Order: sequence, then C-alpha cells, then structure tokens
Amino acid sequence: MHELSIAHSLAELAVEAAEFSGIKQVKALYLKLGVLSGVVKEALEFSFDVVVQGTSLEGAKLIIEDVPVTVFCPSCQETRILPEPFPMRCPVCGTKTGQVLAGREMELYALEGGEENARADLESSNC
Amino acid sequence: MQELTLNPRIVEIRQNILKKNDLLARELRKRFQKAGVYVVNLVSSPGAGKTTLLTEVLTRLGKRYRVAALVGDLATENDADRLRQSGAKVRQITTGTVCHLEAEMIARTLQDWDLEKIDFLFIENVGNLVCPASYDLGENQRVVLFSVTEGEDKPVKYPTIVNSADAAVITKIDLAEAAGFQRERFYEALNQVRPGIRIHEVSVRTGEGVDEWISRLEADKSAFHMSSSV
Ligand SMILES: [Zn+2]
Repeated sequence: MHELSIAHSLAELAVEAAEFSGIKQVKALYLKLGVLSGVVKEALEFSFDVVVQGTSLEGAKLIIEDVPVTVFCPSCQETRILPEPFPMRCPVCGTKTGQVLAGREMELYALEGGEENARADLESSNC
Repeated sequence: MQELTLNPRIVEIRQNILKKNDLLARELRKRFQKAGVYVVNLVSSPGAGKTTLLTEVLTRLGKRYRVAALVGDLATENDADRLRQSGAKVRQITTGTVCHLEAEMIARTLQDWDLEKIDFLFIENVGNLVCPASYDLGENQRVVLFSVTEGEDKPVKYPTIVNSADAAVITKIDLAEAAGFQRERFYEALNQVRPGIRIHEVSVRTGEGVDEWISRLEADKSAFHMSSSV
C-alpha cells in the first residue's frame, strides 16, 4: 500500500505550503487525482488521517477531484477525453492511441485555511 | 512556488504530491546520463521470474558490458545472492514495510558507487504491480514483466503500471502451451492500456528470446546516448 508514502509526501508538501501562505490551521486540501495515478482514494484518506495527527493538518478534509484520461487522437488531430481509462482509443473515431495528455496526475491543487487565517490574511495585506 | 488567492481563505498550490521524488529522480537521471549509465527498472508481480531472467541477462550482457543491479525487497538478501552469481555488482535495498522503491532509496544506495564504471544498471523493483507505478527512479526505461501463467487479463487489472511502462516482457514462454496461454488475448489486453507497447517473449530455461531482448537494450542504450550527446 503506497498510499501511506503518498500521504506522507502530501502532508509534508501541505505543511510547507501552509506555512508559506501564512495558513495556521488547514481546513481542507484540494487534490486532483488522475484515474491512472494508481491511488486508491479510501486508502489515501485513511493514511492521511493517520499521518497528520498532531500537525497543523489534523482534522483537515481531503477534497478529491478525479481527472479523467485525456488522449491525443492522431487521426482526428484532437484531444479527447476517455469515458473510461481503457481501452485507450479515440471515443470518436476508434483509433488506438497511447499519447496520454492527462489522467496520471497526483496534485495538491489548493489549501483552505481556517478563520484564524482569514484574519492573518487581512493583517498581512495591511503591511 | 505559485500562489494565487482565490478568495480570502483558499490558496492555490498546484504542486505534484510526489514532487520531492520526481526532483530527485530528475537529478539521478542527469547523473546517469553524464556517467553513460543506461538504467532499466523492472516491475512485476512476485513470482513472475524477474530474478531468474535478470541473473541470465546480467550473465550474458556482462561478457561485453560492465553491468550492475539494485534489487528491492521487503526483507531478505536472497535475490541479491542469486543475482551475484552472474558476477555483476549487486546491492540489495531492503525496504522494510515499503512496497516499492523510491528515488531517495536509489540515490542513497548509489552514494559510494562510481557510476563511470557501469554501462547498464538494472533495478529490480519490489514484486508488486501497483505501488512502483507511481515512483520515477530516474530510469531510462520501465519494463513490466508478466509470466504466461498469470492470466491474459492481468494487464487490464493493473492498467496504471502497464500504462507507465515502455516495454513488456512475457516470461516462461516455454510453458505457454502447457499453461494454455492465449497470446492474442494477452497482446490485446496490453494494447488496450498501452497501445503500441513493445512486447518481448522470453524463456530463461530454453534461452528463447533472451538475446533478442538484450540486443534491443543495447540498441536502446546507444540510441539514447547518441541522441543525448547531440
Ligand atoms: Zn479520433
């Protein structure tokens, strides 16, 4: 189960990003997960709750957006979104294509801070 | 770091969760390239025959090149001991509870190696078709191994790793008939998740296909170093 390693990396990245952005208490983390990322969402959520105990992320929610597979179809010369991750062929003309443009990502997209942070933002904007 | 405030409380981050691993893998890739090492990352289920095939490849390739291997395992040194019989430089990476290799483990293990003295480095990943898919180790190519006994739909069950691989090697091909291996179905399954993937069939027992795969790796190595030296 590599989700534990991923949760560690995520927590580390989020703590750094929160400090950098002046967020003291993180309420939510917004993630983008490609359907080809190989991450099991439930396992990641479980691991995340475990690794963030005692950090500024404790109690934060994971809000996960699934990113479908986008491929480039060499026949249509168009990018196409696949309804399912495979078969990897153009849903319009049926041409097989291995040119994956999106769907593998594992990204921390945004952080949502607590109320305390809203005040911190105001204060810092006065400087 | 990119920062954009969407509203007073949400901050955009947009960073790859495995950023640290990927940065380290990029550094490794540069080091390998500079030293002229060609790196192959082998992934498979336990029991697909990775160690057996690798021992054979190291033995044959080692007659003409300086070869080395890193082998990831949860605990024992058994695989490394087997690989050492080939005469290659081998080091075991014991991962403990971690079910895949990460770039940091590779970097740490290679710390005291003189990469200039290596032509081919093989990384035998932990036997697992799920977790190793997410971790770039700085390799030039990732090869996924399946044995003929694993069933034709296996590639479809593990699409992430197949999709991330550059080539597939089918092992124990001498058992194909006995195992009722349906070649076309297997090829179709591979192509569903990785259209156009290169496929090699090998048998260590009969020697079938092994030299062909080695020739292909040699050709890949020279093509890579030619293109990267331009
Ligand atoms: Zn098309």
